[in-house]
Amino acid sequence: MGLLNKLNQPYEAGGIILGTFEDILNWGRARSDWYLHFGLACCAIEFMAMNASHFDFMRFGTIPRATPRQADFIMITGTVTLKMAERIKKLWEQMAEPKYCISVGSCANCGGPYWEHGYHVLKGVDRIIPVHVYVPGCPPRPEAFQDGMIKLQKMIKEEAIFRKRKKLEEETKIELSA
Amino acid sequence: MTINEIYEQLKEEYGDSIIELIENPPCDSSIIVKAESIFDICHTLRDKPGFEFDYLMCLSGLDLGENLSAVYHLYSMKHSHKVVLKTIVPKDNPKIPSVEKIWRTADWHEREAYDLIGIIFEGHHNLIRILCPYDWEGYPLRKDYKEPEYYHEMKVPY
Amino acid sequence: MGEKKRIELDYSKIESDRMRLNVGPQHPSTHGVLRLEVELDGEIVTEVVPHIGYLHRCFEKHAEKMTYPQVIPYIDRMDYVTSMNNELPYVMAIEKMLGIEVPEKVQYIRVIMCELNRIASHQIAVATFGLDAGAFTPFLYFFRDREYILAIFEKASGARLLFNYFWIGGLAADVHPTFKEDVLAIVKQVRKTNKEIEDLLIYNKIFIERTANVGILPPDVAINYACSGPVLRGSGVKFDLRKNEPYSIYDRFDFDIPVGMGEVGTVGDCWDRNIVRMREMEQSCRIIEQAIEQMPNEGDVQEKLPKKIKPPKGDIYMRAENPKGDLGFYIVSNGTDKPERVKARGTSFVNLSVLPEISKGYMFADLILILGSIDIVLGEVDR
Ligand code: SF4
Repeated sequence: MGLLNKLNQPYEAGGIILGTFEDILNWGRARSDWYLHFGLACCAIEFMAMNASHFDFMRFGTIPRATPRQADFIMITGTVTLKMAERIKKLWEQMAEPKYCISVGSCANCGGPYWEHGYHVLKGVDRIIPVHVYVPGCPPRPEAFQDGMIKLQKMIKEEAIFRKRKKLEEETKIELSA
Repeated sequence: MTINEIYEQLKEEYGDSIIELIENPPCDSSIIVKAESIFDICHTLRDKPGFEFDYLMCLSGLDLGENLSAVYHLYSMKHSHKVVLKTIVPKDNPKIPSVEKIWRTADWHEREAYDLIGIIFEGHHNLIRILCPYDWEGYPLRKDYKEPEYYHEMKVPY
Repeated sequence: MGEKKRIELDYSKIESDRMRLNVGPQHPSTHGVLRLEVELDGEIVTEVVPHIGYLHRCFEKHAEKMTYPQVIPYIDRMDYVTSMNNELPYVMAIEKMLGIEVPEKVQYIRVIMCELNRIASHQIAVATFGLDAGAFTPFLYFFRDREYILAIFEKASGARLLFNYFWIGGLAADVHPTFKEDVLAIVKQVRKTNKEIEDLLIYNKIFIERTANVGILPPDVAINYACSGPVLRGSGVKFDLRKNEPYSIYDRFDFDIPVGMGEVGTVGDCWDRNIVRMREMEQSCRIIEQAIEQMPNEGDVQEKLPKKIKPPKGDIYMRAENPKGDLGFYIVSNGTDKPERVKARGTSFVNLSVLPEISKGYMFADLILILGSIDIVLGEVDR
């Protein structure tokens, strides 16, 4: 709260925050994610509950978008069938970079209860698009949804934008030496 | 009307087309009929006073191993009685007349039975797959069905 | 500057092509992953072709591979809004085949749970129907109440949505000690909210203008398409399995069957289907109150059963009144512990098939409303 009290004298001590440009950019990015909601099955009903009054998903700064062009991340909630899979891929390709994906529910993670005999079920959405956060559960509780969202925010906050190449180099170095 | 009375009356009218009545309490009793005459029988059952089965509850396809079978569950809103009809057709020539023109609801039920079991309903106006994709191969609910390895370059088994 | 000329249009000479439009499967207002192929003449719908199967999860295949009790969780996932009601016809069918009488207390708990779930389901139906018509507040109100109902389910079964609570011959667990008080409190709350919603939404002039005289379904067409539930009753047909063919212990309660009467428009329009749902909630409240009063406190909740459940050879068709209509299970047993075939007659599957029939000739915006008024759940359409 100390910071807010000093807003009137921005140049006094403590009124200035020092940080890298990247941090500030990421801070903003992490807190205003718009999502393309892809409700597929039972998990989507929990997601509806999540959007309603009790759990209030929007306080994370998320707004549902109906079009992939305006979305920052996609939420796959439910069973992905083979008939549906191509659509998801198409939607994912239409989204603008940087983009993220949260896979919600056992079905989207790995096929869930349908993993064995489901001849028409895609066993995990990560077979067609990259997934950044997995939320387990069948269906996950709304609290788990929120946890998944926080995980994604954390990930975005720590992402390297400008130092990307440098960071990548470091990472590969570690990998090579290890 | 009980199922015995319905059986008697149908037997009178259709003779050989009605094969037998199976009673097996506590399970449902059912009338086995010949596949070719299912349309006429259903028509009679819907329109003849006394029967008036105006509500097709369910139409299911079955795989019996050698044969395929279609099961019709009928209900009458007016008299609140039920009847179960069964037909059996060989697997290599699974053709049954469609009852879609009698009960419109049979449209989707028949498409589903075609999609999953592979029964061909003759006279259906649009007998295409309904649940599986249109280019799917095989009939998944047959006992000898093997799921494909790949579908559109997506791996199917776990 | 030349003289301004008014352009005179002779509308009779304008040629228009029919347009085919694709709605879905990813569309914010199709209630799930339904794809509609719509043919439009200007803005008038001339043809609708539903393409389903985007959520086909092979329920029937799984049922063949599982033992009888193991099928129940998959049944929950069929119509995931009304899991309790889904389980009822299945367990009743197996119990009838095995010749088991379930204890008295179980019957009452089942009825109470089913009616609570009916309320929860209708709340979602009316809420999303309101959303389709552009009303957001009822959605928030109903979901607030629904959370209280889910809390009860959670206390009893451990899950919020997919319960696996009705077992063959009984229940998974007894209800918690404060069950009766909790339920009565909810009934009070439901009645209060419904009153608010009636003022906010149902008798709102804008809502009536949008939904009355839209999507009229005549009773004979409804029967020929084998519609059931509020879709059938909205057309004025007084048919409810709980009254016409009482199963479980529904014959012990006193309740009415609300039907559509065309109060603001024609019998069988969207408004009628919706009001039937609203009034059914009140009837469910009445059933719950009577059941709570009669329910015995003591008693077992699980009948003794053999370790392996093996119904005798034969087949059975059992149906029960789901919130969306009558849900039937056709079960073929071959004498082993796995069913030979379980066919589910999905209520929404059948109800959806009437959509092309009743949406012709209306505006495109009305199509979304008509679809909302049928209240489908895609999990049950595709299974
Ligand atoms: S994970 Fe469970 S709840 Fe979610 S879609 Fe799959 S079956 Fe339904």
